Amino acid sequence: MSFARLTLARGAAPMLRSVRASPQIARIASMAVPRFVVSPSVSAFHTGAKRMQATETQVLITPSAESLGFEVSRAEGESNTRPIYMDMQATSPTDPRVLDAMLPYMTELYGNPHSRTHSYGWETEKAVDKAREEIASLIGADSKEIVYTSGATESNNLSIKGVARFYKGKKNHIITTQTEHKCVLDSCRVLSDEGFDVTYLSVGKNGLISMDDLKAAIRPDTVLVSIMAVNNEIGVIQPLEEIGKLCRSKKIFFHTDAAQAVGKIPIDVNKMNIDLLSISGHKIYGPKGVGALYVRRRPRVRLVPLLTGGGQERGLRSGTVAAPLAVGLGEACRIASEEMAYDHERVKRLSERLVAGIQSKVSHVFRNGDEVQTYPGCVNLSFAYVEGESLLMALKDIALSSGSACTSASLEPSYVLRALGAEDDMAHSSIRFGIGRFTTEEEIDFVISRVVAHVDKLREMSPLWEMVQEGIDISKIEWAQHA
Amino acid sequence: MLRTTIFSASRSLFAKPASLVAVRSYHPKVIDHYERPRNVGSLNKSDPFVGTGLVGAPACGDVMKLQIKVDEETGKIVDVKFKTFGCGSAIASSSYMTERVRGMTLEDAGAIKNTEVAKELSLPPVKLHCSMLAEDAIKSAINDYKRKRAAATGTVSASA
Repeated sequence: MSFARLTLARGAAPMLRSVRASPQIARIASMAVPRFVVSPSVSAFHTGAKRMQATETQVLITPSAESLGFEVSRAEGESNTRPIYMDMQATSPTDPRVLDAMLPYMTELYGNPHSRTHSYGWETEKAVDKAREEIASLIGADSKEIVYTSGATESNNLSIKGVARFYKGKKNHIITTQTEHKCVLDSCRVLSDEGFDVTYLSVGKNGLISMDDLKAAIRPDTVLVSIMAVNNEIGVIQPLEEIGKLCRSKKIFFHTDAAQAVGKIPIDVNKMNIDLLSISGHKIYGPKGVGALYVRRRPRVRLVPLLTGGGQERGLRSGTVAAPLAVGLGEACRIASEEMAYDHERVKRLSERLVAGIQSKVSHVFRNGDEVQTYPGCVNLSFAYVEGESLLMALKDIALSSGSACTSASLEPSYVLRALGAEDDMAHSSIRFGIGRFTTEEEIDFVISRVVAHVDKLREMSPLWEMVQEGIDISKIEWAQHA
Repeated sequence: MLRTTIFSASRSLFAKPASLVAVRSYHPKVIDHYERPRNVGSLNKSDPFVGTGLVGAPACGDVMKLQIKVDEETGKIVDVKFKTFGCGSAIASSSYMTERVRGMTLEDAGAIKNTEVAKELSLPPVKLHCSMLAEDAIKSAINDYKRKRAAATGTVSASA
């Protein structure tokens, strides 16, 4: 009974079809979809240089069936002019299989999973618990250790505030890093207002923490270490196993924000000695508005809940579990555990293609983050002498970000890149490319061609580029700081 | 039946509104200047009749270079070029400024206020610094020209 495969009664072509039943099918389906739309209208951007105009051939690529996750057929004459999606760290498209799994629970199976007195409740509870098992098995946990939340932000808040407040009085110190997501940093800030001591570890130029720094920061009253698994801006993977081992030996709880890591790199909470782990639904092709928190039972981690009420989720998170979303998260985790190896290999190949393609045609492009310990689906590049926001504006056919979606409204350069010790001008020049399950080779090639053309154009009009070409060392210039 | 209803509802969800394509809420005038910047380029810095203004800082994310060529007889700006490292609004502000000052006397050009640039381009409050930078750039270019002339005429009178 798959909703997404129904066709319209009016006899119209199927609007929406699940296309990624298997990678093979996806490939066949994508072949039938025309991806290049050649438009005669020439982009109006020019700097006057003739050489630049040679690159003006407008080959526009639009989201394909694979990149949307759905095949969308449109009315005659309606052109598909959406930008292609390269912002997978902000969110990912919902996998059609996830939608298929969720739909029954948004329609007929609407029971409250906590209702114990009738079959409506039982059937929903069964589905929610099955999903819980899928989530647990993806990270090597027991399903009793999984608590549903509204997303990774809530999971992070619950673990950091929850643990700190429970052990308050006995232990008063928390360790985290400068490159964490804002919700972790802000939870820590709230706790320091409440009288806790917080140590923000600095990271090296590669974005990784130093184990010696961590050892040195640990105090007898340290209660919690919170270090993210995969960074959302630069993709570096912190040494979870080493951190976990150290924390366990000192009897300190280890929390990791794994919103960007779960389903993308192998994670085993027992092997890595992780006590608390945050999961987000919409980063792994699941629905938005749902997440989970892994809370270890042995040795037991105790938390003060943020939400109190009916005592659902072992009393850690009161409120009715959003059953359709929970089912979606479970399905997303099931798919991820089945296809992680395939997806990772594919994303890695596309990522290498992107970086090599850009670096072979543009000079002075630097990748932020560690060369090896990085998730390949997150490519953060600094284009020297080009301002990031102007490049984003030029790349309007591609949905990109210069950093975290939460901070992209502010004009400050990324605090993550600053924490790496990047020069401020390089932090102003960075763009993050997010590659995911539905990204195609054609899209990567399109992005390469666009980036190359626009970086060249913007450099033609950059006074810094001109100075560098003239052999002037711009770092030696005393710039007047504009107020 | 329920599914059919939802299904037809989902149809409108998949028909994307055209406004989605609009570039990140920039004003059309900013986009116009950004996509077709006027007077990009450089003038010869060592030309005695060229004044160069270089303002901003890479660390702040904005650097503007504005150059004017002045006709000594009339005291008017006969040519003007810019290069800018910065966001779309910074590029648009400098591009607009070059259009605005061409043919002006130095005095008039130096009197242009950033508020005029901001108003013309409908810059939002967070982008007002771009227009200030454009004002600084033209002032700095005029000062550079005046300094050069003073130095040149100074040497002439000294040798005479």
